[in-house]
Amino acid sequence: MTEQAIPQQAIVQPRRQPGMLVRLWRRYQSVIREVLSHSVLIPLAIIYMIPFFWMVSTSLKPDTQIFLWPPVWIPKPFVWGNYPAAINFIPFWAYVKNTLVIASFAIVGVLVSCPPVAYSFSRIPWAGRNTLFMMTIATMMLPYQVTMIPLFIIFSRLGWVGGYLPLIVPQFFGGAFYIFLLRQFFMTIPQDLTDAARIDGASEMRIYTQLMLPLTRPALATIVVFEFLARWRDFLGPLIYLNTPEKYTISLGLQMFRLEHGTEWALLMACSIVLTTPVIILYFFVQRTFIQGITLTGLKGV
Amino acid sequence: MQMVSLEALRTSRMARRNLFYGVLFASPWLLGIILFTAYPVVASFYYSFTEYTVVNPVKQFVGLSNYTNLIFKDDVFRRSLYNSVYYAVFSIPLGVIVGVGIALMLNMKIKGQAVYRTIYFLPVLIPDVAMAILWIWVFNAQFGIVNTLLWQLFRINGPGWLASPMWSKPTVVLMSLWTVGQGVVIYLAGLQDVPQSLYDAAEVDGANALQKTWHVTIPMITPVIFFNLIMGMIGSLQYFTIAYVITGGDGRPGQSLFFYAMYLYRNAFAFFKMGTASAQAWILFIMVLIGTLLVFRTSARWVYYGGEEAR
Repeated sequence: MTEQAIPQQAIVQPRRQPGMLVRLWRRYQSVIREVLSHSVLIPLAIIYMIPFFWMVSTSLKPDTQIFLWPPVWIPKPFVWGNYPAAINFIPFWAYVKNTLVIASFAIVGVLVSCPPVAYSFSRIPWAGRNTLFMMTIATMMLPYQVTMIPLFIIFSRLGWVGGYLPLIVPQFFGGAFYIFLLRQFFMTIPQDLTDAARIDGASEMRIYTQLMLPLTRPALATIVVFEFLARWRDFLGPLIYLNTPEKYTISLGLQMFRLEHGTEWALLMACSIVLTTPVIILYFFVQRTFIQGITLTGLKGV
Repeated sequence: MQMVSLEALRTSRMARRNLFYGVLFASPWLLGIILFTAYPVVASFYYSFTEYTVVNPVKQFVGLSNYTNLIFKDDVFRRSLYNSVYYAVFSIPLGVIVGVGIALMLNMKIKGQAVYRTIYFLPVLIPDVAMAILWIWVFNAQFGIVNTLLWQLFRINGPGWLASPMWSKPTVVLMSLWTVGQGVVIYLAGLQDVPQSLYDAAEVDGANALQKTWHVTIPMITPVIFFNLIMGMIGSLQYFTIAYVITGGDGRPGQSLFFYAMYLYRNAFAFFKMGTASAQAWILFIMVLIGTLLVFRTSARWVYYGGEEAR
């Protein structure tokens, strides 16, 4: 009777002695795993860095060392003069200035237009809010090409093509990505805080400007950084709307330079570095904000 | 006579007040969505059924002929479509595999994690134009670093890469893997959200490291993979800037790098065939929708949302 009650599995099996290799693995598991992952990560990191190295190396080469076989890894001597030469080759500072003008207005635009919408989405329960929010998400999936042509036609009717307005004005009417990002940030601020302010009789305007905006400064910084980077790197927008070289942005200017001087590799690399450096410097200053912005939209997305 | 309860009056007044402020605060975007999304979407749909050039602004209704001409008569269209689908089909899965792989390794508590993370992320920061120019030089058949290394390390004569019609598309797919860092950051954040208790439970059940990865880690980050898949699909079908800069806009060699968005751009802004270009945009949109729908359809089978409550 009692014998039958014991299920088969409950009988303790004598433990098999694990093999030598298994025992070694158990003991040094964490060390082995760390060594293994480094042995993949280090070569891969080197591969990822090679293009950077090649860019810097080429940018410092004298003309005679660019087309050499086997290639020179470290130029001798370093021709720092390639940088001023590259910058003088194109109206570099004018392009930078143009890009900064567009970027500043665009940043003001998104700062004025996006936070209030995010506030509305996260703090005011109004009828139709969820519908509009779903539409906001949906517009992120809409390819730019669908709206590109009618917008171009509108802007050309307005006589804005060739100037900066088509690149700036839309930013004053919000952007789905930033609104979504800000809303995610705003959701992390406790509702009780705004509810308490409301009970104390604060107006929505006051809660927004004096409570929410100061509390969400990091989020606002994120969209400033993102918008700056977007304008700095934008190519298609300027390509469509800017048609005189005096108005070119830095990305468009660099492409034009390439078309004209396709084999001046030292200068092209110097230009590319100059174009990239501000972005990398900015990244190191605001690394946390930056990564947070990416993960917030990527993780809590959809 | 019916009494209106005070309570109901208060809630309706509250609702009206909320509606007023809600719409007020959302008004920039309400306007924006109408002016810069809704109207253009409708207009572009209408244009796609017309013959419309900017030079001759009289729109002529031509029915479906923009669509049928593109699909049945236009070899360049078919080629550009093939190129973009090729790019999407290879770059998205590879990007997910490499991205998740790197993220898994970085997620182990190993030394130098921050350094690795920075190294893998740096390429994401390079502006597309600079990146395209850099890669032309890196993949230069004669003097580029890739073929140099192939020869010096393995005595392999490298192909012409971007100059070869056969290799050009694999090359741009390879290039896309260089910027996998954006995905890595997202996967890493997802990995850090996997509760330790699940690993402990797996440990008790006698799972080894590989089993833990396959049965715990990967299922737990499927929502993040799902999101990246959809965003990757939308992005890669619109692939434009890098190929445009590399080829100067014409998709050399032999149109092997002439991508969908490049042909659309050319029809719209070089030939001013706005009707045709609009039809192209709508075909793209429909493809994105179908692709997204397919991924969503399959998601019930492989995306695991159980972790949501745990957060």
